Parts: sequence; C-alpha cells; structure tokens
Amino acid sequence: MATAATSYDALNLPPAMIEGATAPADWIVVWPVALALFGAGLLVMLRNQRPLQSVFAGLIVLAIIVSNVYLLLRVFEAGPLAMTMGKWLPPFGITFVADMTGALFALSASVAAFIVVIFAKVELDGREYRFGFYPLLLLLLCGVSGSFLTGDIFNLYVWFEVMLIASFGLLILGGRRIQIDGAVKYGFLNFLATALFLIAIAYLYGITGTLNMADIARKSAEAPVGPLLTASGLFLFAFGVKAAAFPANAWLPAAYHTPAVAVSALFGGLLTKVGAYAAYRVLVLMLPAGRDMLEPVILAVAVATMILGPLGALAQTNLRRAIGFLVIGGIGVLFAGLTLGTQHGIGGGVIYAVHSILTLTAFYLVGGLVERMSGTQDIRYMGGIYTVNAPLSILFIILVFAMAGLPPFLGLWPKILLVEGGVRAGDWVIVTTLLLNSLLTLIAASRLWAHIFWRNGHEGARSEQPNDTLRRLTSDEVGLGLAPTIALVALIVVLGFFPNWLIEAGGVAAIDLLEPERYISAVFAGVPQS
Amino acid sequence: MRFFGLDGPGAELGPSLDFSIALIAVAPFLAALVAPWIKSFTGALAGWVLAIVPAAIFALLLTFVTPVAENTVVKAALPWIPSYGISFSFFIDGLSLMFGLLISGIGTFIVIYSGGYLAGHPHQGRFFSYMLMFMGSMLGLVLADNIFTLFVFWELTSITSFLLIGFDHSRQAARRAAIQALVVTGAGGLALLAGLILMSVASGENSLTGLLTQAGTMQEQPVYLLALILVLIGAFAKSAQVPFHFWLPNAMEAPTPVSAYLHSATMVKAGVYLIARMSPVLGGTPEWFWILTLFGGLTLLWGGVLAVRQTDLKQILAYTTLGSLGLLVMLLGFGTKEAVLGAILYLCAHSFFKGGLFMVAGAIDHGTGTRDITALGGLREHLPVTFIAAVLGAFSMAGFPIALGFLAKEEMYLALVHGLWPDLFFLAVLIAGNALMMAAGILIATKPFLGPLKPTPHEPHEGGLPLWIGPVILGVMGVSAGLFTDWINHYALNPIGGSVTNHAVDAHIHLAFDLANPAVWASLATWALGAAIIWQADAVRSAVRRTGQAIGWTFDIGFDALMFGLIRFADRVTRTLHHGRLEWYILLLFSVLAVVLYAPMLITGTAPRMAEFPVLSFYEWGAILIAAAGLIAILLLRTRLTAIVALGIQGFAVALIFLLFGAPDLAFTQFMVETLSVVILALVMTRLHLDARDPREFEVALRDGAVAVAAATGFAVVLLSVLQLDLDLSLTEFFNETSRPLAHGRNIVNVILVDYRAIDTLGEISVVMAAGIAIMALVRLKGGDGDTPRGISRPTERRRT
Repeated sequence: MATAATSYDALNLPPAMIEGATAPADWIVVWPVALALFGAGLLVMLRNQRPLQSVFAGLIVLAIIVSNVYLLLRVFEAGPLAMTMGKWLPPFGITFVADMTGALFALSASVAAFIVVIFAKVELDGREYRFGFYPLLLLLLCGVSGSFLTGDIFNLYVWFEVMLIASFGLLILGGRRIQIDGAVKYGFLNFLATALFLIAIAYLYGITGTLNMADIARKSAEAPVGPLLTASGLFLFAFGVKAAAFPANAWLPAAYHTPAVAVSALFGGLLTKVGAYAAYRVLVLMLPAGRDMLEPVILAVAVATMILGPLGALAQTNLRRAIGFLVIGGIGVLFAGLTLGTQHGIGGGVIYAVHSILTLTAFYLVGGLVERMSGTQDIRYMGGIYTVNAPLSILFIILVFAMAGLPPFLGLWPKILLVEGGVRAGDWVIVTTLLLNSLLTLIAASRLWAHIFWRNGHEGARSEQPNDTLRRLTSDEVGLGLAPTIALVALIVVLGFFPNWLIEAGGVAAIDLLEPERYISAVFAGVPQS
Repeated sequence: MRFFGLDGPGAELGPSLDFSIALIAVAPFLAALVAPWIKSFTGALAGWVLAIVPAAIFALLLTFVTPVAENTVVKAALPWIPSYGISFSFFIDGLSLMFGLLISGIGTFIVIYSGGYLAGHPHQGRFFSYMLMFMGSMLGLVLADNIFTLFVFWELTSITSFLLIGFDHSRQAARRAAIQALVVTGAGGLALLAGLILMSVASGENSLTGLLTQAGTMQEQPVYLLALILVLIGAFAKSAQVPFHFWLPNAMEAPTPVSAYLHSATMVKAGVYLIARMSPVLGGTPEWFWILTLFGGLTLLWGGVLAVRQTDLKQILAYTTLGSLGLLVMLLGFGTKEAVLGAILYLCAHSFFKGGLFMVAGAIDHGTGTRDITALGGLREHLPVTFIAAVLGAFSMAGFPIALGFLAKEEMYLALVHGLWPDLFFLAVLIAGNALMMAAGILIATKPFLGPLKPTPHEPHEGGLPLWIGPVILGVMGVSAGLFTDWINHYALNPIGGSVTNHAVDAHIHLAFDLANPAVWASLATWALGAAIIWQADAVRSAVRRTGQAIGWTFDIGFDALMFGLIRFADRVTRTLHHGRLEWYILLLFSVLAVVLYAPMLITGTAPRMAEFPVLSFYEWGAILIAAAGLIAILLLRTRLTAIVALGIQGFAVALIFLLFGAPDLAFTQFMVETLSVVILALVMTRLHLDARDPREFEVALRDGAVAVAAATGFAVVLLSVLQLDLDLSLTEFFNETSRPLAHGRNIVNVILVDYRAIDTLGEISVVMAAGIAIMALVRLKGGDGDTPRGISRPTERRRT
C-alpha cells in the first residue's frame, strides 16, 4: 500500500492523499460493483437489442462471479483487502473493504444472480425485457455487492438505495394489480426503513464524527452510552425491517410472491440477507457495545422471527407465499447468530447466510417450475408431480431437507455451529428456539412436499385421482429453467458434503468481525499515525 | 487451521487402520445412485443383482469377527471438516460389528425379497434406491465414530424412512404416516443433536472412542442429566418408546419389505444401539436406571397388550416390535452383565424372527390379498414353505428351547430372578410382556395356516423363491442357534458385552433346562401365561378393544390434534400479524420507532439537558412560527389538498431557516424538493381520484397523530442529546483545509459531492437511472394487453388474502 503524501508539506497541510498508484490487483475490491454498474448502463443503451440482453447480462454476472472468487481467494490468503476512492486518505475518502464476511456474501449473491439470469429467459415476455429486467437486475446486484463491499456507512446507505429502487422496479415489472399492491407495501415500509437508516447515520456521525466503518469501530468504544444505544437501536430497527425480522416484516409475504419467479428468487435469496449483513457489520464490527446492550432485544426479535416464520409457512396455501415465510424464519436464525455474538454465533450466521442465499433462490426457482407445471400458485391444486417429473421431485426434496437443516445438506452445518454456540454460551432459549425453528420448518416443508408431489390430485375427496391439470415442461423450460436449477442445487449438495472451506471461511469471517484489528489495519495501512 | 474445533485429543483420530470400513457406509449410496438403471437393465432379476452389495458388505464384515473377538478395535478416519474438528471416522467393535452384520445380512434377504414382492411396480427402481440409501445410512450410523458423523447418518435414516413409508404416496394414510414418522423422529433427532453437542462441549471430545475413554466422568458433570434426557429423547423417538411410539404402527403403511427391514429389524433398533453405546458414558446412575426401566417396561406392556388387540398381521407384528424394543431398553437400564447379555441375545433373536415373520406376513398378503388374521385360515397346503418359515419364527419368538429366543429369555430372567424389589417387579413385567408377545407370535404362525380354508381375495398361492428364502434361512438360524453356544459366547457375547459394559465380559451361555434354575421357572410361567392368552385370544382381544373404545383417546389422535392445532394456531397468528392493511403496518412501524427512540434514554438515564432558550431575531422567529403553523395545520386539516399545501409551507419555512443559518446550498435544494413535492402530490391526488377529505374518524386521527408526534419528538430529543456532545470536527477541518489547495474547489459541498465522496454521487446517479427504468416500465406497461386492470389509475384494493 502506498505511503502518505509528503509533497504538500510546503502548503502546511495535513497528510491528505495516498501517494503512488494502487496496485492493479487491489482494484478487485471494486470490480464486482463497477462491472454491475457498467453492465446496467450498457444494457440500457442496448435496450432495443433483445436477444443480446440476456447474453450480456449473463456474461457480466459471470465476470462478477470470477471477480468475487478472486476476491475471496485474496481475502483467504492475506486477510481483509481495502481501497480508498479518489486516493484520499481514509477516513476522508470512501473506502471499499472486502473482508471474509463481505466476500462470502458477495460471491453467494452473484452465484444466485447468475442462475436467475438464465432462468429468467423462461418466463419473461417481451415487455419485461424492453422495460429493463436485465438492467434492473444488474443494478440490484450492484447495490447488493456495493453493500457487501463498502467500508463506509453512508456509502452503505447509497447502495441500499440503489438496491431498493432497483428492486422496486423489478417488483412492478409486469404491472399486474397484485404486484402493484405488493409493491406499495414493500415500497412504503422499505423506504421508511431506509430513511431510518439515514437518520441513524446522522446520529452516529454526531457521536463519532466519522463515517468510515473501521474508524467508527476504533472510536465507538469511547462513545457516550446513551446516544450510542439509541443509534444502535435505530440501526437494529432499520436493518430489522429491511431483513424482514419480526415485527415489521409484513411487506415480505405481501410482495415476494407477486412478480415473476426469477424476481422472487432474486429477492428471496438476496435482499433480506443484505439487511442481516448490515446488522452484522454495524452491530458486531462497528458498535459492539451497542450489540451487547441490545442483546435482550435481539434475542426477542430472533426468537419471534424464528418461530413465526415457519408458522406462517405452515398456514399458507400459496406456494411462493409459504416460501416467503421460510425466508423470514431464516432471518430469525441469522439474528440468533447475532444474539450469541460469539465466534460460533457469528461464524454460524455467516455460513447460514451463504446457505440461505443459495437454498432460497433454488427453492423459489423450483417452486416456479412447479407453478408452471400445475398452472397455479395454490398448493391445493398442485399434486401428482412425483410421478410425472422425477428430477423436479429430487430437487424439491433436497431443498426441503436443506431448509430444515437435515444432513447431509448445507443447512446442517450452520445449525450445528449455532446450537453449539448456544450451548457454549449456556443460552438455552436460543438453543431451544433454533431446534424448534428447524422442526417447524421441517413440518411446513415436508407438508409442501407431500401435497405437491406425493398427493396425486387436487385436495379433497378425489385426491387419489391423477391431476389432469398438470402439463409437462417444455424443452425451453427444461433447458433454461430446470437445468440451471439443477446446477444450483448440485452446488448446494456439494457444499453440504464438503463444507470444510466454508466453515473455515466462516471462522475467519467471525474473527474479523469480532476482533477487527486486521480489518482496521487493512483500511488504515499507509496512513501516518498522528 | 482449526476454527471451531474442540480442544481435546479425541477431536482427531490416530492413524487409520482400514479404510474399507468407510467404504461400507458409502457403497450402498453409490449403489442407490445406479439402482434405477440396474433395475431397467436386469428387470425381474434386479433384486438378486442388487443384493450383491449387502452380501459383499456382509462378507467383508465377517472378516472382522475374529480380530474383534480378540479385542481389537478397528478404526478408520478420513479428514472431512478439519476446521471444525469433524472427521469421517468409523470404528468397529463388538457392538457395531453385530449391528453391521445384522443390517447387511438381513438387508441381503430384504433386497431379494423386494425384487419379488414389488415385481412390476412402476417405481421399483426408486424403491431399491431408497432401500439401499437406508442401508448405507444405517451402516454408517452403527459404524460411525465421530458423533457428528453419527448424527448425519442418524438423520439420514429418518429421511430415507420418510421416503419409504410414503412410498405408496397416492394414499393419504401413507402420506400422513410418513410425515408423522418424520416429525417424531426428526424432533428426536434435534434433541439428540443438542445432547451430543452438550456432551462434546462438556467433555472436549467429539468421537465415541474419545467419550468412551472418559467413561464414568460424564456422570459427574453438572450437565449430565440434561445431556442424558436429550440423548434419550432422541433414542426413544427412534426406537418408538412410549410416549413416542405411535408412529411405528402407522409406519406399517409402507410396503412390507420396509416394515420387515426398517421398522422391526434395523432402524428402530438405532435407538437401542445408541443407548447401548452410551451405556458406559451415561449409564450406571439412578436416573439412567429409572428412566430406562420405567419407559422400557411401559412400552413392553403397551406393545404386548395392543398386539393382541390387532387383527391385521402387520399391525400385530408392529405392536410386538414395540414390546420388544421396550424390553431391550428396560434391560439396558439394568445394565448388569446378565441383563446386557440377555439384551444382546434378544436383539439378535428378535431381528431374525421379526424380520422373518414380517416377510411371512408379506408373503401371505401377496399370496392371498388380505392380511386380516380373522379372514385367514387353512393355508398350510397352499403356502407350505411360508408355513414352515412362520413356525420357525414363532418358535424362537416364543422362546422354546434350543432357539435363540430361549437363550435370550433365560439370560434376562437370570438377571432379575435373584434380586428383590424392584427386580422382581420388573421380572413380573418381563414375564407378562413376553407371554403377550409369545401369544401374538404363535397366533400369526398358526391361525392363518391351520383350520379350514377360508376364502380370500386371491386364490392362495405360494410366492417365488425371493419371498420365502429370507424367512426360512432367518428362521433356521434363529431356531438352531442354541446348538452353537460356545461360538456365540466367544465371538459375539464377549466382545459385544465388552462394548456395552466397557469392561471385559466372560459369557457362559449354555443350553440347559435345569429345574433347579429359577430362570427356567420364569420361562415356564411365561409359556403358561402365553398359552392362556392364546386360549382366550378372542376374549382378550375384545376386552382390550372395549377398554380402548372406552378411553376413546390414543396418542395417534393426540398427534393429529396437536398438528391440526398447530396449523390452526399458525393460521390465526399469521392472519393477525399479516392482515394486509398497510396503514396498520405503518402505524406499527412508527409505534416501535417511538419506543426505539425513547427507551434507550430511559434505560441509560441519559436524557438531554433542556436546550437554552435561543436568542433569535424576529424574522428567525417568524420562520419558526410558520413552520410550526404548517405542522399543526397538517395534523388538524381534514381536506387533503390543503394538508399538502400546509406540508409545503412547513418545508419552505425550514428551508428558510437553513438559509438564515448559513446553509444556502441546502436551502435551495430544499426549496426545489418542497416545490416538486407539493406539485407531484397534488397531481397524484387528482389522478388517483382519492377522497378530497381525510376519511378518518376523529379517534383514528388522534391515534395516528399521537404516534406521529411521539416519533417526531423522539427524533428531536435524540438530536438534542447528540448535539450536546462535543462534535468531532476532524472531517470538516480536513475538508476546509484541503478543498482549495488539493481538490481545487471553493465550494466544499460541491467538492464533497464530486470528489471526496464522488462514489456516493455515482451511486445516487444510478438510483436515478433505476428509478427512470422503473417509472418507464410502470407508465408504458399500463397500456399493455388488458387481461387485468393495470397501473395506478384507480384506488388500489385494500385487502388481499
């Protein structure tokens, strides 16, 4: 890393700029964001070239995946990686930092997005292409990646905004009335949460006088307790709403089942996880004292969310709404990790997030294929797919068990880590609720399986009659819908069988969040000590 | 690098000795992957071909018999998750070897049997896959050393069992039974997970061999009782002990090979395996004794009594299985050498005769089309081989001399017969339970075959070789075992008893019928009681049935009530929380917000000082008054358009204050925003055809106003307390100093926007781009093909389910 400026000494200025060029390899921190932004602009310009849209979007997301893989390897090798924009010294410029947490989230998100890019070809008609599905998808990915990689709290807010507007756009594509209704609820509650986030930033700036996350992490220990607690509480609340944690989560089940399946999958995989990520980043890395004081509140939120999520799924007859409630249950698990605030808790949470991003995206996509075969979203009128489509059945049953955290699938490992964290902390409420969440998820998801796949026909007296409203998947749906979903589920299965590197990464992520010396020194490398 | 690993030495195993053990658990899964293809290639021979896999495993395991008898423990470990201290590790001692041989040996016959039983079934390939996957899970479970590896296989047996019980998926009863089994055993699995983690955290060991080296210390730990209860819940759920027993009879919805294999001979014994395995680690305490003996004894009687009540062959067998599992649990609760040896002998005997009798029941069903014992009779000439197999099974089940069942019963009676209370009480329980099960077994072996031939749905016929080879061989083995007691002592009881009791066992089982031995009198009592029950079978059945009807409640009904209750509760809660009314969601959000703002101040006692009364000029006061007037007007005005204008007035006044206090950039931005807001809001008002007046009741408006005021004053108070801190101005100073010389701009705000924090601006620009695309999409799509009303030109509906 370059050293601070000395040539302005004549002007009697403080050290202000980083001298020397940033090593090209270090630019990798901004590549995932820059590529997405560039790609979105490009696709807007190419809006009349319909056939090119999906190809370009796919290539760009692929490039983002490659960048993220490289970034992850760098972080694995050398610890957190930082780059400050405009060569201003941190904390004056905006710093991008990739630590293990950010890199893992960013990589999982881009992988999920890539599958969705392909799947979307199945279901988007011409209008949606023209009106910007792919540019909006890339902008969403840009906002999501930016959120994961920025090291500046106000800049995080900016990426939240990008994400929010892009998601709003995706939500209303297609313009059916139910979509507008869902989008209104989604929009209002999320705009409010984002505004609260901004207000919390303002308070935090008033308390610490800086916006750089690493700088805040250094300074927050000395911050006065009262205002710090208020700011932490506001952050928790804002991120809680964004993450769809109890109590202000009604927007999610109202909105997530209304758009195209590809959009649902993208949202279910990515969006709520950004809220949870921000909660981890802010409350663990930046304001640990705030997290400690808020622990009973986070516990209550986690417990309620973990229970009410799968309960909601149990009560649904709409498949995608049921999956939406499972998304909420998963958020509860992430907040459980936050409650523990130990290496097992945070590490388990980060690994759970990776699992949740991939598994829920896949779950929505499989749900979408089921909807296409049965022509309805209503579980009562599905049925009989087990006999008709073996691959889809296998995918669904794998996801059922993965969601519930049953072995040998990916969901098991974070569950074990979190339960062990709870046992080590002697926190029996968390342990009990985690296990209960797992059981309720299992009940809800296995009932879905029994109704959609095992039952031959529609619900009711003639349920043993074959379901005559089923149709087979077209070759397009198999090639562009089923095949990428199989690839994603295969990835989930492989990660479940060989979770070693992921668990190791989770361990690194937790250490760097809990003891952020490496993070801070990566950001301030080269800044003269005053 | 290890991140979550345990500290103890047991986290990693020593050098591996034989990797073929790991292969034993993996091979059936590989076979499962190709089973459907093998089925389509080999057709009717598929059962024979696929049986090569378990047969080979059986042969491989046989090679371990001699080393294990010489007290060698064979281990193998592959690195799996070193960062968490989890290895894919296995070990073979007497106990795991016995289970491994039973699983692969009976599995061989079951696979052959399935080939005949499900011949022509469209999903026979899938069936073989599930079966082999189950076999691999079960083998992995009993061979695993690492407790997490064990847990993985434990849960896999639940999963495969779920798929197998629901195999006949078009029937509602099968689906229900599958979910019920999954829920019960899944819940047990979760308890087991917690118990295992608790043990590993408390001991620092996460392998069974590691835990066994610490045998006797866990009982001293403060978490002992909790760990014990959690582990036992897992074991009881799996091994169907009362009160978790009800799923097992329902699991008989599965095809008969599944019932024979999973739900009598192997899977349900996983809990017994776990209890036996944990005996040295968790056993030997009063808690252990009383929990196991009481629940085991209760299950034994429960199963025995209800077995006699049934008329369906499979149901009779299912309930006797319950009884047998209870018996095993009870004996392990005693934990003495004789009790353990009795349990081992009985476990083997039970696997042979129960597996065989289930296959017999399947053959009868296959050959006649019914399994109702009251509708069957006189089949001895039509199904002669099946009859022989049934008699052999029942002979061992009844515990007549020379059969393995006899040896087992003698040994377990011997364990109790010399004691006082409570041993004699449990001896009585044992005798009663054994008599009931004996009666059930003999009824199955005689009732369908003797007497006059009764008409059945099919013309009765013997099944092919696949259907009878298994039961006959198992029956012969069970009956003739008494002739090989020396071999059993040396190769089976000594090493297995050693595993369970954790010290060397020298077994001296021998075949004798010595009336001086009180255990023989217990056997005689059992036979007498059993004979009496058979004699009065119909009376006993109707008596039990009447009692059951009088009670009118079963655990099964209770489970249903629980599930429906859960779903109703879930429905109600979800409807309450997700009512679909946006205004309530927002009200909730702001109410919580007010709490978030005020509560920290109250808790930490850090309310800000009252601000000093400001000294302001008259025009500054004027601006503030205008803003305040605008605010109050918003709260009070009922005409929406006027309220919008009032909002604008308030905004302009605030902008004016910005201007007066030295922030002209901000002020001009605010003027723009306010102007646009008023114009757009007014336009939207007219376009949306909203009511001109606010339709809220006064109380509602008061409530909303109160929440708004609470949240807003909360913000103000928090702001006040932040302002009373010393503001760190280092950023401001830096911008002041460097803006001109380094960034070459005089307007710091502009420089911040385009240089210091330019990437924020880039982000905001992309927000505008996204908003543009979204708006374009909304506006243009409105004119699309009109299958449904599109766009926002009408008031949107309030409720949606």
